[in-house]
Amino acid sequence: MLLIDCPYCGPRNENEFTYGGQAHVPYPEDPYELTDEAWGQYLFYRDNQQGEYAERWAHAAGCRRWFNAIRDTRTYQFLAVYSMGAGRPELAFEGGTR
Amino acid sequence: MSAPTPEIRAVSRRLPGGGRIDRSTSFELTVDGVPVAAHPGDTVASALLASGRTHVGTSLYRSRPRGIVSAGVEEPNALIRVRESGSVAESMLPATAVPATDGLEVETLSGRGRLDPGPDTDLYDKKYVHTDVLVIGAGPAGLAAAAEAAATDARVILLDEQTEVGGSLLAGGETVDGRPGIDWVDDVRRDLASRPEATVLTHTTAFGSYDGNFVIALENREAASRAPGQRAAGVSRQRVWHIRARQVVIATGAHERPLVFANNDRPGVMLSSAVRSYVGRYGVAVGARVVVATTNDSAYATVSALQGAGIEVAAVADSRASLSAAASAARQDGVRVLTGTAVVDTVEAGDGTGRVAGAVLGALTPEGTLTGETMAVDCDTVAVSGGWSPVVHLHSQRQGTLVWSDRLAAFVPDQAVDAQQVVGAARGDYLSADIVSRARAVGAAAAARAGWGDAPEPVDSEPTGDGDTRPLWLVPSVAGEDQWENHFIDLQRDSTVSDVLRATGAGLRSVELVKRYTTLSTANDQGKTSAVNAIGVIAGILAGGGGADVSMGDVGTTTFRAPYTPVAFTALAGRERGELFDPARLTSIQEWHVEHGAVFEDVGQWKRPRYYPQGDEDMDAAVNRECLAARTNVAFQDVTTLGKIEIWGKDAPEFLGRIYTNGFKKLVTGKGRYGIMCTADGMVFDDGVSLRLEDDRYFMTTTTGGAARVLDWLEEWLQTEWPDLDVHCTSVTEQWSAIAVVGPRAREVVAKVAPDLDVSQDAFKFMEFRTTTLASGIPARICRISFNGELSFEINVAGWYGRSAWEEVAAAGAEFDITPYGTESMHVMRAEKGLIIVGQDTDGTVTPYDAGMGWVVSKPKDCIGKRSFSRADQEREGRKQLVGLFPVDKSFRLPEGAQLVEKGTPITPEEGPVPMIGHVTSSYFSSNLGRSFALALIKGGHSRLGDIVTAPVNGILMDVEITDSVFYDKEGTKRDG
Repeated sequence: MLLIDCPYCGPRNENEFTYGGQAHVPYPEDPYELTDEAWGQYLFYRDNQQGEYAERWAHAAGCRRWFNAIRDTRTYQFLAVYSMGAGRPELAFEGGTR
Repeated sequence: MSAPTPEIRAVSRRLPGGGRIDRSTSFELTVDGVPVAAHPGDTVASALLASGRTHVGTSLYRSRPRGIVSAGVEEPNALIRVRESGSVAESMLPATAVPATDGLEVETLSGRGRLDPGPDTDLYDKKYVHTDVLVIGAGPAGLAAAAEAAATDARVILLDEQTEVGGSLLAGGETVDGRPGIDWVDDVRRDLASRPEATVLTHTTAFGSYDGNFVIALENREAASRAPGQRAAGVSRQRVWHIRARQVVIATGAHERPLVFANNDRPGVMLSSAVRSYVGRYGVAVGARVVVATTNDSAYATVSALQGAGIEVAAVADSRASLSAAASAARQDGVRVLTGTAVVDTVEAGDGTGRVAGAVLGALTPEGTLTGETMAVDCDTVAVSGGWSPVVHLHSQRQGTLVWSDRLAAFVPDQAVDAQQVVGAARGDYLSADIVSRARAVGAAAAARAGWGDAPEPVDSEPTGDGDTRPLWLVPSVAGEDQWENHFIDLQRDSTVSDVLRATGAGLRSVELVKRYTTLSTANDQGKTSAVNAIGVIAGILAGGGGADVSMGDVGTTTFRAPYTPVAFTALAGRERGELFDPARLTSIQEWHVEHGAVFEDVGQWKRPRYYPQGDEDMDAAVNRECLAARTNVAFQDVTTLGKIEIWGKDAPEFLGRIYTNGFKKLVTGKGRYGIMCTADGMVFDDGVSLRLEDDRYFMTTTTGGAARVLDWLEEWLQTEWPDLDVHCTSVTEQWSAIAVVGPRAREVVAKVAPDLDVSQDAFKFMEFRTTTLASGIPARICRISFNGELSFEINVAGWYGRSAWEEVAAAGAEFDITPYGTESMHVMRAEKGLIIVGQDTDGTVTPYDAGMGWVVSKPKDCIGKRSFSRADQEREGRKQLVGLFPVDKSFRLPEGAQLVEKGTPITPEEGPVPMIGHVTSSYFSSNLGRSFALALIKGGHSRLGDIVTAPVNGILMDVEITDSVFYDKEGTKRDG
């Protein structure tokens, strides 16, 4: 059971959260300008990388707010949490947020 | 279950003194119906041994006599079924870990348990706690670490699976800080008890270790109470602890390994440490004359203990070529120590019990082969020590790595898991002085890491072990090179060296494959005594008796998985069983439905009346009657369960326009509109009617099962994509009760219930709503919404008025013979009108166009999913589309989910695979139509109206005609009454 540091509520058990997949995949400005292939990329394709991964979480059984996190997919360690809309932080530090 | 083998030695083997048992109290338990005397502090196994019985159930596959092997949870043989007065019987428990209690009924098992058919009426509960430092295991290492951590005032939890703290020190004979180990244990116990932030839990096994230092442990509270059957009311029998720890210290000790020689499974062959434990801790002589077989120094503590208790040590077979200091000391005490020697076989007693009556000793060459003549030594017990395996399960469950140490002949933890440390025998320190000094440093450091004190990090160091070990993975066979049938590796599985040879002979090399091929280490002890020996045997076989050098590390371990020891499902369930397993959601009208004989169905967590049978009606009869009432007279339904969400804010109209495929900006206040929402890939996600309450306020309804999902969906888009929109969403499902009044005479009923309201068609049109006060004084919002095509009113009142308003409708409708109807009739009637149920007639691959609802997609505005409607895939021929079906046989009801094929398609196995063209999504018998009908998704269905296709159903080939999906009142003449 991961301990996830909700930026609004503090550290809470993983089962209070829902997962929202890769972060920083915005809804296209004008979907109609996109080719079918580009639209399909937005709909169906996500990175599946080993290592630091920016992803979205929602504290569904808590404050119900969405936020972004950077998690190491090899260790499950959360390296940073940050608010929706904020840019992906540079990780100048080693280790977790808690 | 097995009949116990006759045991001739029914004499008491209780030593005159010593041990941790309370000799001032005696009681009896029964084992296979025979009374056995015991003292508090005994386990079932120690009581059995004290009564002179070594035998337990015979082996699972080969029915060989078996005896008690160990003194702990690693026991492979002594499995029992126990029943404590007032509790359910439990199977497959190790007798070596079950405390003996007064009146306990014990039955020995042959490796296979039996569920108690009776209900388990005991209480089980859970506890969730946080701690700075969690110490697992209360032997010398755990006690020392916990004491140091607790001294900083850090919050400390110390767990141990045994009845009391002390671990290996309980067997006696060891010293700590120059004092008897037991005295030191008592000091630490008292110290911890005096610290308010320290919790010590005995009878508590940490069985699972998960990410984020989340450890789950099972506390046996019945045993802890020491007064079984007399627990106070409301006290749980077992408790599952969910522990979140900043720091974890693993001090789980080590398990001794047996030796793999011929006939090593005879009763009387026992782990050396167990022999010592029975003597020192339980005051039981396991035999009268003992041969000790060892690969390391630890067995000499057993030799001393036996001598101290006056038990004859016939010989010590030490595999090592030269005398260690401990071996020399034993020899000076007059013990016959034979170096470079192994026990190679055992002699069976002549009394038919199968018990060991002698050990066959053989000298070993430096290469490990036999040399010279073998020699038989009479004995009734063979104490074996094949070395020690650190209990690394919890470390490994967290993907902590292991490394093979040749010096220790053991897999030891390599890199510690983040925020964890391993101490004591679990890391390969075997001597008390080494264990305690390092554990103290680790305990203090763990507290410091958690923010208590400023102790330094412990210095990295190699585990110290205890002298040299010469492991014997595969003791040569005296009977011949190919005689391995009775070299047992896994006693519980009856797996032998022969089995491993068969696996390697079949070409298997991976330990994971050999494990599965042979079932080695797959019994309920998960190979605690057998796994490392199995790896040794595999390595030995793969090395091929010389030539290739296959190390233990090359073979590697199998994967360690939770639970460390078996846990009953009932404990995991805790109080979440019966009604609390999945709490039911009930409307405020529920009791009326029960009183009126409703049959319920589950819709999500809701209980909804499915139909209301009268007299001896079956469902079909009840549904026919209910539908007829709704179509020709008047009927009413509890529709409280529909999801309801209030949507507020100045941007609410814009927001709904983006969420729904159709527009809601121009919807006039006081009116409602049906809408469909799609996911970004254009598939139907949910539907429902939304009312515009005010300019900036809407009341959205969702499907019953989709309410939570829709709220999540709305909030996700608002927070992640459109934070600039001023919109707030609030679930109000529980705040409203809703009653649908349906049928040609609905207007007359509603006119009575809501006398202030002009319900005439001119004053109150379809898809409008009004606020009013019912005759009873209850404030209400009444909508003209229909889900079956009839004149229909939906009366919404505050949740707590639900039943009152319902009864008001029932009373007003009595003169019209108003009929309550359930979800089944609702389903039939909506299907007659071709109205979809999202999730039944759609499945995540259906667009509004596929569902024949293109009209619901607004042309001028954009919405979620709209871009996807112009993807090439949407233009594809053969998309599955929603249509109606008429079975040619009007009385034949197709099963929902039935597949559809082209007429004439051969469906024999030889002609397969059969091309499917679609499936039935909804299917009913309609009393209004006088026939069966269905909805279906069929490839290219919209252009196939009138075609005949076939539904193969249980051997019948039923032809069905594809039709339009609206079966009833296509012109919509009924809607306004």
